[in-house]
Amino acid sequence: MANLPILLDYWPSMFGMRARVALREKGVEFEYREEDFSNKSALLLQSNPIHKKIPVLIHNGKPVCESLNVVQYVDEAWPEKNPFFPSDPYGRAQARFWADFVDKKFADAQFKIWGKKGEEQEAGKKEFIEAVKILEAELGDKPYFGGDSFGYVDISLITFSSWFQAYEKFGNFSIESESPKLIAWAKRCMEKESVSKSLPDSEKIVAYAAEYRKNNL
Amino acid sequence: MAEEIILLDYWASMFGMRTRIALEEKGVKYEYREEDLSNKSPLLLEMNPIHKKIPVLIHKGKPICESIIQVQYIDELWPDSNPILPSDPYQRAQARFWADYIDKKTYVPCKALWSETGEKQEAAKMEFIEVLKTLDSELGDKSFFGGNKFGLVDIAFIGFYSWFRTYEEVANLTIVAKFPKLISWAQRCLKRESVAKALPDSDKVLKSVSDHRKIVLGIDEFHV
Repeated sequence: MANLPILLDYWPSMFGMRARVALREKGVEFEYREEDFSNKSALLLQSNPIHKKIPVLIHNGKPVCESLNVVQYVDEAWPEKNPFFPSDPYGRAQARFWADFVDKKFADAQFKIWGKKGEEQEAGKKEFIEAVKILEAELGDKPYFGGDSFGYVDISLITFSSWFQAYEKFGNFSIESESPKLIAWAKRCMEKESVSKSLPDSEKIVAYAAEYRKNNL
Repeated sequence: MAEEIILLDYWASMFGMRTRIALEEKGVKYEYREEDLSNKSPLLLEMNPIHKKIPVLIHKGKPICESIIQVQYIDELWPDSNPILPSDPYQRAQARFWADYIDKKTYVPCKALWSETGEKQEAAKMEFIEVLKTLDSELGDKSFFGGNKFGLVDIAFIGFYSWFRTYEEVANLTIVAKFPKLISWAQRCLKRESVAKALPDSDKVLKSVSDHRKIVLGIDEFHV
């Protein structure tokens, strides 16, 4: 009998969460392994020698690294259920563009809000709100970024929603007042079991971020 | 039948070169439009409002931005000629990983190599040497990064070869002597018409950068 795919992960990581959501969307059973960053496992270092980061999905003994790469791999390795991409090449290119936007603009900005203070934090807040407004415009009146079905862009972004409370607390602002549509979208996504099972409680994230700020700032 | 493809590009951009190569690999006719990066066209700003960068591929009036995304788009539209991505999901994941690695690790240092001096340039040199070492190791004894066939990772990196002479001259980097495997690989890629057509002359790139450095940084590289 084939071994279960292994996911090397770290519970608060919004990047790791993407892999969890993707696997659950496909109904794939997997073994979740928590990594300790102060003591990375031999398996992690061996599987991702270039970046030494999570998530790493090990399937049939072979590692796949980088969260969006893992999500695309999961989609292609288990193609029958819940496709993450539309079938037309232009729709697929657009999906890739927007997930890339989340990585390039949204991810960096959000870190500054909870991971920095002072001017850097303020700059991060500004960039974050800008990115949120752009994403909201892209979502428009669609139920999901993918249109009628939850897809690649939704997976790339929804995991950050577990951190929204932390952004609001440390950034001292309300995401809902900046983008009610995005909050509504996030709630809609959370109704999916693949999402609700994969994201940790917001309070736990707030506590985690508070600890980080205490130790680093 | 014309496919109505326009490529907004900049002749020396290693990113634009990727898209040119992909289009040539598929034998697709397109209209190349040179952008003046100091005076971006209204079309560029309209088609790529988010990043305002080249290359921008415009197909039947609709824009596709980001070079690796464009290459995948072209590959999916014309899947039968010269496939760029392999068909196996794991091989595809490996190709995407290395294309992403190249993007993540070269963008900042490569810019600093030609536009900076002193410490900033030195730091960039160290970073880029690491990238070359890693890619050299990943290539190993294979003909191309994906194995026997020219593919995504080759397309992602080959454009940088046209900048090697520039990096060697303006950043005092040793590339050709230190990385013979990569140079052989590059020569192998250049045998393909798509690559030969897409890459500018290395000396032309060097001249353009040297002129820029003379004007902007007041540096004359060629003191005898």
